[in-house]
Amino acid sequence: MALSQDRGPDVGGPLRRRSWSPLASMPRTRRTRVVRGIQYAVFVVLLVAVVLTVDWPTIREGYFNLDKARPLFPEVLTTALKNTLIYTAMGFAFGLVLGLVLALMRLSQVAPYRWLANIYIEFFRGIPLLLWLFFLGYGVPTATGRQLPFSPYSAIVLGLGMPAAAYLAETIRAGIQAVPKGQLEAARSLGMSQPRAMVSIVIPQAFRIIIPPLTNELIVLTKDSSLVAILGVTVGTKELTKFGRDELNTLVNATPLVVAGLCYLLITIPLSLLVRRLEARNARAR
Amino acid sequence: MSIKVNRVNKTFGEFVALDDVTVDIPAGSLTALLGPSGGGKSTLLRVIAGLEKPDSGLVEIEGREANHLPVQERGVGFVFQHYAAFKHLTVARNVAFGLEIRKRPKAEIKKRVAELLELVHLENFAHRYPSQLSGGQRQRMALARALAVEPAVLLLDEPFGALDAQVRKELRIWLRKLHEEVHVTTVFVTHDQEEAMEVADSIVVMANGKVEQIGSPDDLYDKPANDFVMSFLGPVTKLGGQLVRPHDLELFTVPEQDTVAATVERVTRLGFEVRVDLNVNGRAGPEGGPDEVWAQVTRGTAEQFALEPGKTVHIRRAPDRLVQPARSA
Repeated sequence: MALSQDRGPDVGGPLRRRSWSPLASMPRTRRTRVVRGIQYAVFVVLLVAVVLTVDWPTIREGYFNLDKARPLFPEVLTTALKNTLIYTAMGFAFGLVLGLVLALMRLSQVAPYRWLANIYIEFFRGIPLLLWLFFLGYGVPTATGRQLPFSPYSAIVLGLGMPAAAYLAETIRAGIQAVPKGQLEAARSLGMSQPRAMVSIVIPQAFRIIIPPLTNELIVLTKDSSLVAILGVTVGTKELTKFGRDELNTLVNATPLVVAGLCYLLITIPLSLLVRRLEARNARAR
Repeated sequence: MSIKVNRVNKTFGEFVALDDVTVDIPAGSLTALLGPSGGGKSTLLRVIAGLEKPDSGLVEIEGREANHLPVQERGVGFVFQHYAAFKHLTVARNVAFGLEIRKRPKAEIKKRVAELLELVHLENFAHRYPSQLSGGQRQRMALARALAVEPAVLLLDEPFGALDAQVRKELRIWLRKLHEEVHVTTVFVTHDQEEAMEVADSIVVMANGKVEQIGSPDDLYDKPANDFVMSFLGPVTKLGGQLVRPHDLELFTVPEQDTVAATVERVTRLGFEVRVDLNVNGRAGPEGGPDEVWAQVTRGTAEQFALEPGKTVHIRRAPDRLVQPARSA
């Protein structure tokens, strides 16, 4: 007992006897406090180092320049942000519809439908989005000598929507499979045909289950819509990234990119908070 | 509304779920499909409903070949073990579901739903959601939903399997009464012999995809077709290598014709009756140990014999109440 008073109350384990650091010989609660204290100290040191070494005037001038930011408004909101929202919405809507079709194909009894859906999904999950956009925007016109009809919207919708459909198809399929089999069987035994039971009983429940992952897909697509910038769209059809990049050239200042970034966060952070709330609600319901 | 199942086979990969099954279910009967899990009883029910397609064989409902009829055209009501309630609909809308599909007039639907909710004692829960009901209430709702469309046959797959023992017992009696009221041909699956005996007027015993025996509860209990049915339907013990019901053992203080001497090992009260564990003297059991047998006697008999460990009694099968399998396995 005398020994344990010297070394702390829980001496005895073979590890503790080989005291490898001063921390190891402390009582557990005190050790926790000391470790946490060290972490705070490191944080404060780093913070002070950053504050002291960074060239604040240059930062303010180059990235957060209010004089340069002012002329960006209102176009950054009325044109760029609006177009980002429109492109994302169009791509997402297209992706959802095609994704649902693909999900049903993957669950089909008819093998060739399953194969087709699998090939589509693996193809679009495997190729880079940027390459696909180049293909639609420049590859197709070069090969055929013609623009796609409804340019640039066609390239934007297909460019964002077709790859999104591949990811959404997998999410929707998982949702459909998460609906208990009894639901479909109950609806059928009550007189519904298989397709009608699928449409009015299973799919609505599947979507309710997958709202959180779908919202995550929407966040990803919002960010991916920035790649549309490479399609060389015209003034009225610029979205946030293209807008920011063009203003960067005009103003010779990085502030427009920062403003564009903040605009993305304006969309993604509320969505992200929404996902968290939905997930919390689902967890409670379960 | 009779159901005929003729020489039906069904396999899932390597697993034989139904092996040449033939069953006749008369109109208006209340039939139990009884057997251990994996015995094929649920598959048979699902084949009758059209939820599974048989590999071969014929299913007839009301004298009409049903093999090619989809589920929704078979006129069956199906009740699932886990209720399969439509969570997004109220109790009343759940019950109305089948009628709404059939586009019945609104007033008629309302009247019928009210009647059914009364029948299943849920009239005060019409506007609740399934999540606000207890397990027993949900199952009663599922039953009302299945009955709403006036099915030719009502099929229940382990209807009380997910409920606790007390609710189970209540619902059993209630199902029996309900059947007396509505008289729809009813088939239910259970692995609980007590449930089958208590509720059904006809029992189909199934094991390993085969029908072992079909008959009334009394038939099965008193004239089991084989050792399996005998041991599945009630307690059994072995005397001289043969199955016997413990309450069919006679005890004597002195040797009688055909008796063997046995030593009392233990005496246990089972409520009204007494379980007596015995060792047959001078005979080895199947594993080389003592030949153990147990008898079930009334308390009166136990007191009359002053049964206690170490006492020697003489036992035999009661010749007048002999239950023994028709063919020994």
